[in-house]
Amino acid sequence: MEFVLLIFLPIVAALFIPLLFRKIKGIHTGWFVLAVPVVLFIYYTTFIKTTMDGGHALSELQWIPSLGISFVSYLDGLSILFSLLITGIGALVVLYSIFYLDKNKEKLGNFYVYLLLFMSAMLGVVQSDNVISLYLFWELTSISSFLLIGYWFTRDGSRFGALKSMMVTVFGGLMMLGGFILLGIMGGTFSIRELIAQSSTFVGHEFFTLALVLILLGAFTKSAQFPFYIWLPDAMEAPTPVSAYLHSATMVKAGLYLVARFTPIFAASEVWIWLVTGIGLLTLFWGSLFAVKQTDLKAILAFSTVSQLGLIMSLLGAGAITFHVDEALFSFAMFAAIFHLINHATFKGSLFMIAGIVDHETGTRDIRKLGGLMSIMPVSFTVAFIGSMSMAGLPPFNGFLSKEMFLQSMLAIRHFELFNFSTWGVVFPVVAWIASVFTFIYSFYFVFKTFAGKQKIGKLPRKPHEAPFGMLISPVILAMLVVTIFFIPNVVGKWLVKPAVMAIQPYQYSHPSEVGVHVSAWHGFDSPELWLTVGIVLIGGLLYLSLSKWQKFYGIQPDTLSLNALYDTTMMFSEKGMNRLSRIYMTGLIRTYLLYIFAFLSVTTIAMLFLQDAFAVDMSSFSKISAYGLINAVILLLAVAFVLLSKTRLGAIISLGAVGYSVALFFVIFKAPDLALTQLVIETVSVALFLLAFQHLPKLSDHGEKKSHKFVNAIIALGVGVTVTLVALSSHSQKLVQSISQYYKDTVETEAGGGNIVNVILVDYRGFDTLFEIAVLAIAGIGVLGMIKLRLARKESSDENK
Amino acid sequence: MKTNDVILQTTTKVVFFIIFLFSIHIFFAGHYTPGGGFVGGLLTTGAIVLLLLAFDLKTVQKALPFNFTIMTAIGLLLALGTAAGAIFFNVPFFTHAFDYFTLPLFGETSLHTAIIFDAGVFLVVVGSAITIIQSIGGDS
Repeated sequence: MEFVLLIFLPIVAALFIPLLFRKIKGIHTGWFVLAVPVVLFIYYTTFIKTTMDGGHALSELQWIPSLGISFVSYLDGLSILFSLLITGIGALVVLYSIFYLDKNKEKLGNFYVYLLLFMSAMLGVVQSDNVISLYLFWELTSISSFLLIGYWFTRDGSRFGALKSMMVTVFGGLMMLGGFILLGIMGGTFSIRELIAQSSTFVGHEFFTLALVLILLGAFTKSAQFPFYIWLPDAMEAPTPVSAYLHSATMVKAGLYLVARFTPIFAASEVWIWLVTGIGLLTLFWGSLFAVKQTDLKAILAFSTVSQLGLIMSLLGAGAITFHVDEALFSFAMFAAIFHLINHATFKGSLFMIAGIVDHETGTRDIRKLGGLMSIMPVSFTVAFIGSMSMAGLPPFNGFLSKEMFLQSMLAIRHFELFNFSTWGVVFPVVAWIASVFTFIYSFYFVFKTFAGKQKIGKLPRKPHEAPFGMLISPVILAMLVVTIFFIPNVVGKWLVKPAVMAIQPYQYSHPSEVGVHVSAWHGFDSPELWLTVGIVLIGGLLYLSLSKWQKFYGIQPDTLSLNALYDTTMMFSEKGMNRLSRIYMTGLIRTYLLYIFAFLSVTTIAMLFLQDAFAVDMSSFSKISAYGLINAVILLLAVAFVLLSKTRLGAIISLGAVGYSVALFFVIFKAPDLALTQLVIETVSVALFLLAFQHLPKLSDHGEKKSHKFVNAIIALGVGVTVTLVALSSHSQKLVQSISQYYKDTVETEAGGGNIVNVILVDYRGFDTLFEIAVLAIAGIGVLGMIKLRLARKESSDENK
Repeated sequence: MKTNDVILQTTTKVVFFIIFLFSIHIFFAGHYTPGGGFVGGLLTTGAIVLLLLAFDLKTVQKALPFNFTIMTAIGLLLALGTAAGAIFFNVPFFTHAFDYFTLPLFGETSLHTAIIFDAGVFLVVVGSAITIIQSIGGDS
């Protein structure tokens, strides 16, 4: 089977969702949706066997072959891992949403359409081998994320957050497209596999570093790295299932996927290792530092996601070191990156779901109002505890294993000697350790401020109770995974992680079993990671206990000096500045716009005519001037003069009709009956239209125009007249290519079965033109109807931002 | 404004049908002699405009109880459907088909899918022109 088509399965399913939502009221629409990710998940698990052997599967669908653009589904270890995450977490999130979103109150039709759209887009991103279709899916994830964040579009925060995420991620996406095109120019292909195969020739190419930076911009904006992370906290306005799915488990990991996928191409570069490791580590530190400042449950999780994404990013950067030095010391990083990616999806997904449950059952997410929920919501507490402890890096949870490997990899950087790492390398483990301390603090902060301490039930908007069974299924499954992975890390490693690592580092491994990493929880008392972890627990514990004393220091930072303020000012400036700029030339008068159009037209055309030396007159093929033609021309000129001189609108309209009729007469004289017929009818109808609308028009006014205006108008009118005459003469006098009319004459009978060439051109030869013309005509008609019936101009209050 | 122009109204009642029939003729003749869907549609529009001038908007709406917006949509669908129909016969988009038949009453006639496309054009032209005229004219 062509499994590339499966990428589109969710979109196809989305087509039926609005129908199901409207017609079948009794069953929650989510149950139908649930089938899609479940089926896909089961299907993709069948590929694990292939990827475990280091193989891959390929399926292709041609799209625009002439430009080398196609949909290619390339399933190797990395793609399969992500596909399983997308469909697996997707299934759990859909299940959770069935209980989270009320089927009678919410617009489920919209919600699930967006969600399925996202699923397709995300599968497309992680499976595409063609960078152009990858870009297409990439932007589609941004768009579906925009729609999902703005799902409750009547809230200001939702609209703001949706726009912010769209602005930041689409900006990055466009930069990334630039990078892809540069890669395409360097390698002469858009296929990632082919690019990787010839990547050694790119090093030193003038575009190499530029392409690298552009692609990293795409990855950093999507994966919320510093300083682009600002969109992620605002994206928390989305319904919680969306936050759990898009903004922690899948979409924000697309940037990580991109970095991993392009590692074989860019790992040779010093800039790559520095940027990916450095920015990743900075993001880890920054996110964990500010997570403690937050008071909203979801905001804490958002900053913690930012921080964890930074952690994985820095590991991906550190993993690229193996391209330069083949030592076992450095081989941990890539394994740790993929391993932590899986772990993060499990514990962060469950934590988000718990935050949603707390919000759902108590009516608030403000951590200052919460407390002591442990006895009321025991199951939720247990799940939250497991997730948080895993996030803090404590045993016996999977986060402990990957956190130890992370510390191990950061310590190893000290021994890397190229690219100035020997001097600066020591900074990495220090920053990593401090960030881990803060990670420990916010993990405790999240779970214990909510569930332990004094009960403040009186302050809650709703009387809290344990969540319904259905809502707990998904977080409990994830929490069970968190514990299970701790006990069987090497099975997970063999099935999922090692094939993925092999896919990222094809220059080093040719079979997954060559990845010589064995995960163990105990390394002995002499391992430095153990003591680092002990330090984290001790210092972190002390700081957590004294949290109330130092948390207020976060208030020192003024709001005006933040990245958010920078974004706001930029947006305000561009909106207001552009508004001011366009007000300079937009006068609201059609006559002004006509002046621009005509002036531009005549100046550019005449300039091109003389620059290209295209002007030529050949009198030999001109027709003779007949008496009828002469008389008709005089009438035409007189009518035009009347239009200009007329003092009343009625006079002008009738003279304009006379102009049209005399033009029609010219068509008759030059034997073009079709044109003459059409022109005559058009003139009649348009004069009648004028007469109909006549009584609504205001009195003729000169809108304050002076003599000098008239002079400018006259010059431009003259200019247009001269332009058209010159172009007509030139194009009549010289033929660059053979006229097509002979072809029409020859084929009109045989090919089109007609006799009247003019009409056959309209309906057959150039039917496309006609199709679009009538479409425009229909749009214009409906537009006029809409403008008159709705009277938008008089309803200023309809602007939803006012 | 109440008009009571007996001569115009009486003439219009006759002339309308003449123009309308002529527009139908022009429409069908289009493939071989001057004419076609666009001109035909405009002629019909002209005939309706004549009605509008002679009578008032309400009377005309009662006499021609069509929803012209829907007529526009039907026209567009017809045109697009004809163009897209070609796909199902495994030929490129917009390939027309024609053949010659001997029909009773008409003698040898050519039947052509282009006429369906042209009918779409006809409907769109009439529909959107009258939509515009009605909405502007009916606006107070």
